[in-house]
Amino acid sequence: MNDENELAAPPGECHMCLAIPGRIIEISTDNPDSALVDVVSVRRRVDLGLLQDDRPQPGDWVLIHVGFAMSKISEEDANDQMQTLRMLGESEAALQEVKGYGLGDEDNGTSTSSQGEKTT
Amino acid sequence: MAHGAGGKSSRRLVEGLFAPLLYPDSAGPLTDAAQLSIEGTRIAVTTDSFVVKPLQFPGGSIGELAVNGTVNDLAVSGARAEVMTVTYILEAGLATEVLEAEVRAMASAAQRAGVQIVSGDTKVVEHGKADGMYITTTGIGSLIHGMKIDPGLIRPGDKVLVSGPIGDHGVTILLARGELDLEAELTSDTRSVLPLVEVLAEASGPGIRWMRDPTRGGVATSLNELARDCGLGIVIDEDAIPMHDAVRGACELLGLDPLHIANEGQFLAVIAPEYSDAAVNALNLLPGGEDARIIGTVCEHPAAAVLVMTSYGGSRIIDMLVGDPLPRIC
Amino acid sequence: MKFVDEFRERELVTRTAEEIRRLADPARHYRFMEVCGGHTHAIYRFGLKDLLPENIELIHGPGCPVCVLPMGRIDDGLAIAQQDGVIFAAFGDMMRVPGTTGSPLEHKARGMDVRIVYSPSDALKLARGNPDKHVMFFAIGFETTAPSTALTLMRARAQDVRNFSVFCNHVTIIPAIRAILDSPDMRLDAFIGPGHVSTVIGCRPYEWIVKEERKPIVISGFEPLDMLQSIVMLLRQLQSGEAKVENQYRRVVPWEGNRAALKAMAEVFQLRPYFEWRGLGFISQSALRMRDAFAKWDAEQRFEVPGVRVTDPKAAQCGEVLKGVLKPHQCKLFGHECTPEHPIGALMVSSEGSCAAYYNYEHRKTATATMLSQAV
Repeated sequence: MNDENELAAPPGECHMCLAIPGRIIEISTDNPDSALVDVVSVRRRVDLGLLQDDRPQPGDWVLIHVGFAMSKISEEDANDQMQTLRMLGESEAALQEVKGYGLGDEDNGTSTSSQGEKTT
Repeated sequence: MAHGAGGKSSRRLVEGLFAPLLYPDSAGPLTDAAQLSIEGTRIAVTTDSFVVKPLQFPGGSIGELAVNGTVNDLAVSGARAEVMTVTYILEAGLATEVLEAEVRAMASAAQRAGVQIVSGDTKVVEHGKADGMYITTTGIGSLIHGMKIDPGLIRPGDKVLVSGPIGDHGVTILLARGELDLEAELTSDTRSVLPLVEVLAEASGPGIRWMRDPTRGGVATSLNELARDCGLGIVIDEDAIPMHDAVRGACELLGLDPLHIANEGQFLAVIAPEYSDAAVNALNLLPGGEDARIIGTVCEHPAAAVLVMTSYGGSRIIDMLVGDPLPRIC
Repeated sequence: MKFVDEFRERELVTRTAEEIRRLADPARHYRFMEVCGGHTHAIYRFGLKDLLPENIELIHGPGCPVCVLPMGRIDDGLAIAQQDGVIFAAFGDMMRVPGTTGSPLEHKARGMDVRIVYSPSDALKLARGNPDKHVMFFAIGFETTAPSTALTLMRARAQDVRNFSVFCNHVTIIPAIRAILDSPDMRLDAFIGPGHVSTVIGCRPYEWIVKEERKPIVISGFEPLDMLQSIVMLLRQLQSGEAKVENQYRRVVPWEGNRAALKAMAEVFQLRPYFEWRGLGFISQSALRMRDAFAKWDAEQRFEVPGVRVTDPKAAQCGEVLKGVLKPHQCKLFGHECTPEHPIGALMVSSEGSCAAYYNYEHRKTATATMLSQAV
């Protein structure tokens, strides 16, 4: 009997061509190109054939696209990025705080300019 | 095929073809069960059919779906299932053990749900014609006291409640077909929601405006039907929707939207705001109701549509199902 | 979800959006093109446009591998599958794309054996499991996907699987970007670069954009924070008059790309002299076909392919929308004759098509707003 696999996703909803992160659980003993990967507590087999030059190990995170691991995800770079983003807001927040002291800035309509502490 | 999926095409089939011919005198919107009076006694009647592949799956089987589905249809119409009838359409060549297992499953589910199976019929069709087995049922129930479900009373400010985590059933079925290289600890959520509905009636009966069991087509389809029927907007908070991690993960992997996935053991309700807290609290205390949540609000805008709000105020309109992502689900 | 949730953190999204507002020069109108359909989709899914100031306009690029296929190629693939004993296998994205005689899903309803797969290796597996049938895999995608198809073909050859072939419609991203920049209709300030294609090709292939065209490009991830951070980086470059290639998606994209993937592609594929792209016309050296060593697995060589050129219906403006000249709702057919339920062109059904994204996320909100404003 025909296998009716009609998983045509609703238009605009299918992320099939997108890639998502997963963690390597184990590498198959009889096939080093095949790994079991965990994606938010769902497990699937993923092909490591494109990462032959830099084989991931159990515990590593990889980016998965159409059943293949495309790249290793660098936790260090991810943390760096988060750090940069957090600092974005912080330098601005610091700025606002200093402005709030009313030390001779243009926002304060009745500024006593003799105080003259310049905010950067 | 898309016509059976529960979404837009199904609705067109029912409204465009069935309704005018079969129920020309019916005035209001189409509901899961019909209420009628026989010699002064009010009862509710529902009919349903069950088409599932595979017949057995983690958490249940077609027989259980048939019983629970019927009980639930009545429950969300404000009725307690008393009796039901069952028809089997069997595929020639179906193993007797399989049939026996289903009959047992139905008997046991019926006992758990407190409903009696009183009558039935069986037909056999040629090999290749019934995916093993199709089941249809008719359920009859008495009205639950204290509830007067009246969608006409829905107002902006009313709250939308879901009884528990969504997507379990549909994703379980998908994985059970074994065509995908995916494994997850997931089981179908099939169960009778009657105990929950009865508690809801007790805690907030006068405030219940609408209920539905989001089976085929999922939460999105049921809420869209509501939105169209009342002409108001339903605004849902994406973060508030309870969902198991495995459902989230499988949907991300497969590119499916959990809001379009069938559920077999959950219900949605619209509750007047003065009753909504009591409703959720009462449900949370019940085993099986711990994950009940308010997930949204009825608003004036966007009229007749369902809007999903993301964490940072971004939003998207979510439609009924178009086409059929998961055939033979329930 | 690790490596996903952090990049959606609400507080940081708000702060980054504020930084964008701070950096954007109110006297300027910025036109940034996001090349990749996945970015288009992300913009709508996360409502990112609502977070940007009015003077930053996001233009959708042609990075949707399904959308840029002319209808004739769909017809060709279906023609092959019409033959007895052939199974048509493709990603879910392909299923609703209209050909002249219907989409693959419609053909399936009429009896064609059509299967959805999630990976080219699924298609190969299907072939091994159905020795009495032939499996034709309709391969689509940019350089992100081509290496996986390549590796699968190498395995098919190594295992000598005879009942498997690939109908290759892989296209490459650089010629598409060049075509956009060469187009007289376009005026762009900068690019949000395709994150996943770059995991394969790396960042070097974009250097001509900053050198020849003097336009900044930031290779971006797909989460809200990724895209917002990329916009911050673009604004900073424009502010300081710079134009360089930057890699925002460092956690995943190696500057040099993926050598193994590039090697697999080079072994299996070669560039077609030219290929027709919907909306962009014929572009030379922009698409892949299989090398002669793999002829036995090339569906175009094993089967008769009609190869008829089919132009889009006159009224449909798929081409202009693909180029970013028109916004989806500006196409005359949008929302009327062309909807996800009955699409005229692929942009309305593909997950990465801008029309589908716009329809699902924006259109109904706008329509409701229009309705409401008219009622007042």
